[in-house]
Amino acid sequence: MIPQRTATSSTLTLHVNDTAHTVTVDHRATVLDVLREQLHLTGSKKGCDHGQCGACTVLLEGRRANSCLLLAVAYDGAHLTTVEGLGDEERLHPLQEAFHERDAFQCGYCTPGQIVSGVGMLCEAAEGHPSHATSPEALQWATGAPAELNRDEIRERMSGNICRCGAYPHIVEAIEDVTDHALRHRGTAPHRTDAGADAGTDADSGTDARTDAVPAR
Amino acid sequence: MKPFTFERATSPEQAVSAFAAQPHARFLAGGTNLVDLMKLGVETPEHLIDVSRLPLNDIEPTADGGLRVGANVRNSDLAAHTTVCRSYPALAQALLAGASGQLRNLATTGGNLLQRTRCPYFQDLSAPCNKREPGSGCSAREGVNRDMAVLGHSEHCVATHPSDMAVALAAYDAQLELLGPEGSRTVPAAEFHRLPEDTPQRDTVLRPGELISHVTLPPPPAGARAAYRKARDRASYAFALASAAAVLAVDGDGTVRHAALAFGGLAHRPWRARTAEQVLTGSRADAETFARAADAELAAARPLSDNAFKVPLARNLAVHTLTALTGDAPNRPAGT
Repeated sequence: MIPQRTATSSTLTLHVNDTAHTVTVDHRATVLDVLREQLHLTGSKKGCDHGQCGACTVLLEGRRANSCLLLAVAYDGAHLTTVEGLGDEERLHPLQEAFHERDAFQCGYCTPGQIVSGVGMLCEAAEGHPSHATSPEALQWATGAPAELNRDEIRERMSGNICRCGAYPHIVEAIEDVTDHALRHRGTAPHRTDAGADAGTDADSGTDARTDAVPAR
Repeated sequence: MKPFTFERATSPEQAVSAFAAQPHARFLAGGTNLVDLMKLGVETPEHLIDVSRLPLNDIEPTADGGLRVGANVRNSDLAAHTTVCRSYPALAQALLAGASGQLRNLATTGGNLLQRTRCPYFQDLSAPCNKREPGSGCSAREGVNRDMAVLGHSEHCVATHPSDMAVALAAYDAQLELLGPEGSRTVPAAEFHRLPEDTPQRDTVLRPGELISHVTLPPPPAGARAAYRKARDRASYAFALASAAAVLAVDGDGTVRHAALAFGGLAHRPWRARTAEQVLTGSRADAETFARAADAELAAARPLSDNAFKVPLARNLAVHTLTALTGDAPNRPAGT
């Protein structure tokens, strides 16, 4: 249905984790509200609800975004990935595995947002996006080649995700583990035997896809 | 949040005429500031016109060697564009110094320019604020004013403009293309934002119903180097206490041939430092000149009770940024 100017609600379709959901939403509803209240996908958390904490981070057309600032009505037809779409209990995403191994959380409330943001961040780095931590020299001679991620780069690129327990040191280590993993596998034969690698590190797939056009939205 | 109606614009022209039919409308692009202000009750549009899907996504070279950027280009894409990184490094640095990775992925070029002040009294409906409610008074002037303006403020408003990107655009002499009910026009980025005077509710010279369609950067001055430097309370994800964008070209004999300097965090708009530029142009490019230029500009500063620190902070930022631009040029890393 085409949104009507006289109405304050609309019917639209969101593709969440590869499943299409058609919902009728009040125009005031954010994507976060719809995910949690209508689709019962409660992995994405409402922290500040003002785009400041990152607990609501989702991937929108493959790019990380604060779902609390997305008015659902404006995203008819959009493709979203939430933490539920990254992995499950049997088959964790490599970054989920790394968070578990590194004990990269305390209360866990910010964790889904940290993990989704980390996955999106690794894709951005693989696409060659610079950051505030990138040296002026590297910026000046930008080629679009994958960015190398040291700890300063990871901390800078993850600054949109707040952890009030202060688990940052382990969060950085967990992401570093996956970065190393991605770098180890970059340029090697495609055949992989361990299940973690087969689960698809988004850093790898991002590297492969980096010459593709930027997602439309 | 107040209920509102919604429509998706089909063309820039249609967006402008839709706005004309709905005086209490707002254009919605990335929404990172507008949706936040709607939640706070600061913005109460009755109708939203979604312009985010309009085909204003291109970054194209211009015939004269400049760059034309569509208003819907996301901050992250603009900062990662290799021409921006190589030819307009102060713009890339300014974009990357702003907000978070998530927000830069949503925020658009046009929306970044139109973001509102982060003055806490503006965002607090219980506090008088002339910008939010003309005539109600300014709570910040005698209140918590550490983050407020030191240049160009008025008795009615001491707010600062929060954009980093806009400061770099001002220094690069960018031009904004505006589309309105009476056609299109072009406004220099450095003259787009206003000083508050007695109408602080107006942030910019944008007329009702006008839409930013493009930002055009002229070719960078021959031989110029540029940088953006920002001072803030945290190392990342914080608004500027003060910032400086500088574009500098120095002749072989050490004389400044071209200088553009703009400050952020000091005023109701990006502060193009024309007085400093006059001192710089034709003078010897050294620390003494840079300090003299910054002092000449900041002589006009009128600090409030809690923000006098911004004056020496801005001075040092300007001197250090300009000095760095006279050092060795960045080495080209191997393999690039």
